Amino acid sequence: MTGPDVPEPLHEVTVSVNGVRHTATVPARRLLSDFLRHDLALTGTHVGCEHGVCGACTILVDGAPMRSCLMFAVQARAHELTTVEGLGTIDAMGPVQQAFSECHGLQCGFCTPGFITTITAYLEENPDPTAEEARDAISGNLCRCTGYQNIVKSVLRAAEIRASADLGAPPLIDADARAGEAPP
Amino acid sequence: MKPAPFVHHAPTTVAEAVEVLRAVGSHGKILAGGQSLIPILSMRLASPEHLIDINGVAGLDRIEVRDDCVRVGALVRHTQLLQDESAYAALPLLRQALVHVAHPAIRNRGTTVGSLAHADAAGELPSVLALTEGVVEAVGPRGSRDIPASAFFVGPLETALAADELAVAVRFGRFPEGTRTGFAESARRSGDYALAGVALAITLQDKVIRSARASFVSVTDVPDVLDLSGAIGSYAAVPDLDAVADAVRAHVSPDTDIHATGDYRRMLVAELTRRLVTELLSR
Repeated sequence: MTGPDVPEPLHEVTVSVNGVRHTATVPARRLLSDFLRHDLALTGTHVGCEHGVCGACTILVDGAPMRSCLMFAVQARAHELTTVEGLGTIDAMGPVQQAFSECHGLQCGFCTPGFITTITAYLEENPDPTAEEARDAISGNLCRCTGYQNIVKSVLRAAEIRASADLGAPPLIDADARAGEAPP
Repeated sequence: MKPAPFVHHAPTTVAEAVEVLRAVGSHGKILAGGQSLIPILSMRLASPEHLIDINGVAGLDRIEVRDDCVRVGALVRHTQLLQDESAYAALPLLRQALVHVAHPAIRNRGTTVGSLAHADAAGELPSVLALTEGVVEAVGPRGSRDIPASAFFVGPLETALAADELAVAVRFGRFPEGTRTGFAESARRSGDYALAGVALAITLQDKVIRSARASFVSVTDVPDVLDLSGAIGSYAAVPDLDAVADAVRAHVSPDTDIHATGDYRRMLVAELTRRLVTELLSR
């Protein structure tokens, strides 16, 4: 179908990332991870193994963690994507980012975006994990610096920060949702 | 590590998907969750010219609990089935096995039916389909047909599905009253492919064992069912664990690879089964 003489068909793909709509024209085989990094210049999402094992490219698809290297960009059209860029800024870190900073949860930092997204979604479902549960929650993400002890601590610390968020800690991405809750 | 070029088809009905399959035949491949297929494409182990992406096909994302089965549509994600309380109540083995499937991020996208169509001998779901005497519902240009688990798995990564057929759903059979089920596996790392695994169903009536059956992960080419009813004995209080372990060792045919020797896997799966029998009977 698409030999050397036939140009590869291109698709116009519009996706919503961190609440912002982006459009780019790409071949069907463009991995979502490459689409984010190369076509949209959102380089916060890192690419490690490219076959779903390492977890570095984990993003949130409609709030659920998924491997962006195991989806094609053309499949992301109908979904709301959240990358690490959408979970906080250097001046207003999200609770998981703040916890990683406080607990030295990163060394080289390469795997960190995948941990941040994974843990953010995990704490939505399980806001008060034990250390053992925290360890299990990150078992799908690899840290080649092997800094797991401090990453487990960071999960627990992030849970604390979330719990005390009403006392003036940094805002969460779901600040709008929380604004609807009754004050303590 | 990038897939070769392909034509992306996005049908919105089963009929459209089947029409594309008919047209492209063995040059096409169904894309559902893609959690096994996309790595295969990226590593260029396969380079189909056409991908028929069924993620936009309406009506395939349903779980239905019936008197005799749990029916799972082709777009039901592992997580959806894992969290479904009525499916768990009807057939606990589903959740007991699904928690061992990879990691949450994979389960959020990967589909249960896709896992069966992929037919990896190291996958958890094929053993569940076999043990529940499940059925795969296939649709193709020649119409619809039901394929029983015993005829579905032909070999590692090979099924009875024709190149132009789509598995639209599977029906996992429910066990009789008084059946206890469990699933155990051992992997080098959490969420990794199991070195060996076992799914087990023991049916009891007044503390008497009426039947005991098992199917296996990573130690048989296809997930066939081993009847342990004779080996285990009749009395739930005193199962013959040695006879069970002997029967399992004789049944399996594990290969040696970089992760473990065949002998080790054989020992491991016999021990996993022995412990699972004890656990189910002491519940």
